[in-house]
Amino acid sequence: MTISNEAVDRRQVPRRATPAIVEVRNLTKSFNHTVKAVDDITFEVNEGEIFGFLGPNGAGKSTTIHMLTTILKPTSGTATICGYDILKEANEVRRSIGVVPQEYTADEDMTGYDNIMLCADLYGIPRSTSRKRALELLRLVELEEARDRKVSTYSGGMRRRLELACGLINHPRLLFLDEPTLGLDVQTRTAVWSYIRRLKEEYRMTLFMTTHYLEEADSLCDRIAIIDHGRLVKIGTPNDLKEGIGGDIIELGLKEDSDSASGLIGQVKGVKDVKKVSVLSYRIKAELGEETAPRIIEVLRENGLHVTRIALTKPTLDQVYLEYTGRSMREEEVSSEQMMNHRRTMRAARS
Amino acid sequence: MSEPADPTGTQTEERSRGNETDEDGSVSRSPFHGLWALTNRELKKWYKVPVLLFLSLIQPVLWLGLFGKAFNLGGLITGGGLEIPGLSIPKEVLNQIAATFMENTFGTGDYFSFLAVGMLTFVILFTAMFSGMSIVWDRRFGFLNKVLSTPVARGSIVMGKVLSSVIRSLIQAGIVLLIAVLLGMDFSNFSAVSILGTFAALFLMTLGFSAFFLMLALRSGDYQTQMAIVNLLNLPLLFGSNALFPAKFMPEWLQAFVQINPISYGTDVGRQLLLGAPGMNTLAFDFAYLIGFATVFSVIGIVLSWRYLTK
Repeated sequence: MTISNEAVDRRQVPRRATPAIVEVRNLTKSFNHTVKAVDDITFEVNEGEIFGFLGPNGAGKSTTIHMLTTILKPTSGTATICGYDILKEANEVRRSIGVVPQEYTADEDMTGYDNIMLCADLYGIPRSTSRKRALELLRLVELEEARDRKVSTYSGGMRRRLELACGLINHPRLLFLDEPTLGLDVQTRTAVWSYIRRLKEEYRMTLFMTTHYLEEADSLCDRIAIIDHGRLVKIGTPNDLKEGIGGDIIELGLKEDSDSASGLIGQVKGVKDVKKVSVLSYRIKAELGEETAPRIIEVLRENGLHVTRIALTKPTLDQVYLEYTGRSMREEEVSSEQMMNHRRTMRAARS
Repeated sequence: MSEPADPTGTQTEERSRGNETDEDGSVSRSPFHGLWALTNRELKKWYKVPVLLFLSLIQPVLWLGLFGKAFNLGGLITGGGLEIPGLSIPKEVLNQIAATFMENTFGTGDYFSFLAVGMLTFVILFTAMFSGMSIVWDRRFGFLNKVLSTPVARGSIVMGKVLSSVIRSLIQAGIVLLIAVLLGMDFSNFSAVSILGTFAALFLMTLGFSAFFLMLALRSGDYQTQMAIVNLLNLPLLFGSNALFPAKFMPEWLQAFVQINPISYGTDVGRQLLLGAPGMNTLAFDFAYLIGFATVFSVIGIVLSWRYLTK
């Protein structure tokens, strides 16, 4: 309860102008001189936003993240992160970002606490500071109780939370999350979302995430970039993207048959297209359907026409995704789940 | 800003601390930060699981027990194997012949002590060979990528692996030496200098091998390939050295190989220092060769691994 109150308080504090924290310019990565995994992409991420990277498997999401987190060198093009060049000032970039990889990278033979301390050592954080931080972060992700247990006894959700804590150990301004909820059940996924929201709202952190899950991108991200075949095909807020493919659909039933109805509806603000589907029903394409629909009803009533039924359909991100990538999101989820199983098997093989 | 009476004062504190990015100004900028953390991560897996340490010592100890004790060469002569009809040789003479034969062949009174030194290099070689395995796993499970996204030096990632392998193999060699003494190895020539000198030679050997196998593992990328390479190399490296048998009875082509095999040099130093045996080469030459080997291979291994990591 107190958390949400504070979050509201925070919003009232005037925010300073938000310059781009990530600036990507013509970034390209080709493997073996032929396959272009990432093909000339340019975009910006604003400070304080949750930016989502959406795309099918092999679209170039991970390759882009790897370049931005200085794991891979771009073939051409450049990017700056927090004002530092990813090639020339790689170490400064590494110091200012946190990374939560797709895989569970925590060492299974070590305790949760020891894993966080290992990360702290990799950032060169002095012990006096890191001990305090590790405990704070364990509290944040609710792993205090389990801190002295080996990671091999953790559940998938706990491991994911531990990865999150490790990624935050250097108090980064920008956190990269690669498929943060991959393979998690709905309940745990919701929990992870709430941590991500807290990071943005309470810590003013910028988050750059990739995801396969539509609901996730829709409810969590301020802006989304759709990437396919290494190219950036669309970028904008979830609402912009949905509006972009033609707006909402309003289906309307009338009591009286009227020749003037189509014309009347067409004049209402926000209506883009009216089609008479049958004698008494109409199919209307409109912007901001929830505001346009009442206006339509009002105009019709003023002209003595009565609406018998009305239905509003909002375009989903799935339709947006389908429109730009030619693939449905659902197919992707299956394959990523399969990959997860594959990873689990490998982990079992290791221990 | 006026703080409302808030029972969760800790949360406010935590939050405000999170906003202070300046605090990070105190982080270590030493190029070696994280090196020990990475080394210790490897070592922890080993010393926290005593079974693993125990298992890794079974093989050399079995070799010592079965091969070293059963292969009683001196006994061939003294144990009545030299009964020639019509010729009665006094027992003292037989013993004398056996001792001379052993001295001439192995440079020491018994095969067990000869083999014990060979086992020191054996355990080192085997530990170093598998030094690369963990980096294959780290890559597969994404740990390597995570480390690469932190400001830890690229060289430290490689050095951490090499260092942990070096430390592990030297400790294992120390334990094998102790067991060998308990089982009856001749320790009349032992001194602080001879033990330190032997371990210095073993250190050089394991440094070179660890870096080399790490580089192979990083390049081959999967553990099946690495296993195949290790299996392919361990037999010729071990038998094509003086670790198990003296080189002088080998055919010439094999002797030529023994002469370039660094294992021979590590073993040679150990036999001269620990057993007082006449060496294959002078100590100075042995050390010079090992220093050269360790330098060349660790530089090649580390540079190639480093380049691979920063591709």
